[in-house]
Amino acid sequence: MTDVLVLAEHHDSDIKRITLELITGARALGNPVVLWLGTGCTDDTVATLGNYGATKVLVADSDAVNNHPVAPGAEIVASLIDSLSPVAVLVASTADGKEVAARAAIKSNCGIITDAVEIAADSTVTQSVFGGSTVVHSRVTKGTPIITVRPNAIPASPQPFAAVREDIAVSISAGAQRVTVKDRTVVAKGARPELTEAEVVVSGGRGVGGPEGFGVIETLADSLNAAVGASRAATDAGWYPHQFQVGQTGKTVSPQLYIANGISGAIQHRAGMQTSKVVVVVNKDPEAPIFELADYGVVGDLFAVVPQLAEEITKRK
Amino acid sequence: MKIAVCVKQVPDTWAEKKLRDSDSRLDRESADGVLNELDEYAVEQALQLVEAAGGEVVIVTMGPERAGETLRKAISMGADAGIHIVDDNLGGSDAVATSAVLAKALSGREFDLILFGSESTDARMSVIPAMVAERLDLPQVTFAQKVDINGSELTVERVTEYGFDLLSAQLPAVVSVVEKINEPRYPSFKGIMAAKKKPVEILTVADLGLEPSVVGASGAWSEVADFAARPPKAAGVVVTDEGDGGVKIADFLTSQKII
Repeated sequence: MTDVLVLAEHHDSDIKRITLELITGARALGNPVVLWLGTGCTDDTVATLGNYGATKVLVADSDAVNNHPVAPGAEIVASLIDSLSPVAVLVASTADGKEVAARAAIKSNCGIITDAVEIAADSTVTQSVFGGSTVVHSRVTKGTPIITVRPNAIPASPQPFAAVREDIAVSISAGAQRVTVKDRTVVAKGARPELTEAEVVVSGGRGVGGPEGFGVIETLADSLNAAVGASRAATDAGWYPHQFQVGQTGKTVSPQLYIANGISGAIQHRAGMQTSKVVVVVNKDPEAPIFELADYGVVGDLFAVVPQLAEEITKRK
Repeated sequence: MKIAVCVKQVPDTWAEKKLRDSDSRLDRESADGVLNELDEYAVEQALQLVEAAGGEVVIVTMGPERAGETLRKAISMGADAGIHIVDDNLGGSDAVATSAVLAKALSGREFDLILFGSESTDARMSVIPAMVAERLDLPQVTFAQKVDINGSELTVERVTEYGFDLLSAQLPAVVSVVEKINEPRYPSFKGIMAAKKKPVEILTVADLGLEPSVVGASGAWSEVADFAARPPKAAGVVVTDEGDGGVKIADFLTSQKII
């Protein structure tokens, strides 16, 4: 059986769940071979990746990779497309992932498809576009298909394999080292999960009324171990930081549960959350278009309903 | 300093978008075409850099004839000139083909900086800046929330999943910016009037020295096999709060085995 190259998404030794989702998706196409760029790959890491079906973990950990973003990774992926002849390359649909994929595609003369939500055994890709209103099947027509996959789309499921680690030395061109990382700043995010990876997202919009109104949203989020999101109306008004915006001009989320509070549901917002599995809506206005997406909706004052819900969840845990 | 800003005309962000049955391409006629919102931040950044250090800003777009309006709109914010690549052969181009066209149009013009928005609101791929950088063999510094230029030294704060990285590179370079970098200005009346007189170069595929086979649908390295509207969601339950709305949602979540 042929290899499928999977680019691991990780922060030092912290494996992002999308990596396990990519390996799970890769199993339908061939033997998942994981490429680990940079530091953090330990015996435990290799075992975890193997537990989801990785047959090999190729580790490229060098100063060239650690000190320069994107371009070195693209050179390594391109060289592996050449030497491994994988049947496909799977990458996370993150900023870094998409860009490594994009540059590797041009280097290797391979087609690229982004934001897959499903991949068939013949590498046909399912995409959910225009905020989930349209389902598209696409395929790459030239070279090795390079496919970026959206987090939370393919459920990760274990299939244990004794993965082997192999350290690879790839020489990186001077051209790929022209951008240098001078410093890395980690912004404290608190205990909440990453918005795009969270299983539950609790969002607030115009109906929240102001920055202090997000207190009840955060309390509900914490009762569910959820990420907090905000509509564009709320972030534009400065009530909640920009990076939490869900929508066409913000993040796209696809959690198991999405709770929209005081959000009317303009297309701009729906485009970022329409593929959520279960949607709960709280809004004063019974005519709000967001109710069209609701599996369960309550017409009422969010400042009454949301705290009661948080309390009830805490009680039932 | 000479700065190029690549912009795209997209269907209005607030409009419903759909694919055409005939060729599986985005139906661009059914909605108003507007300047991709995220590109406004790139235009603003270019104008601020030139206001501080001197130079010129050229807006570059590829798209059908009506994309010329969008080009003028971007110029009216205060740019100096435009380049519009327009050709019937370009329809159906994917990201790979588009990046080939943009790279060709940009090369040899001695731009110090090539700016992009972080993504287009229609295709949302976020790959064009990286592809153009690869094709032009330039350093790529993308998803910038802050851009500083000191002589030929470029310093950028790149937004990451965890915070941001401070990156440095030498010009020329390709940079994309995120929406928190600035507050785009509205075109002034003077700017709108002036934009009508600013030079816009119209280029075809042949002018760029590209074979028609490397652009459009024939130059695309990916294709849409088929598509369908997502079946409408079954209507959910909507109740009016009678003092127990929170409890009712909790009951629903329990019935779904979520809590």
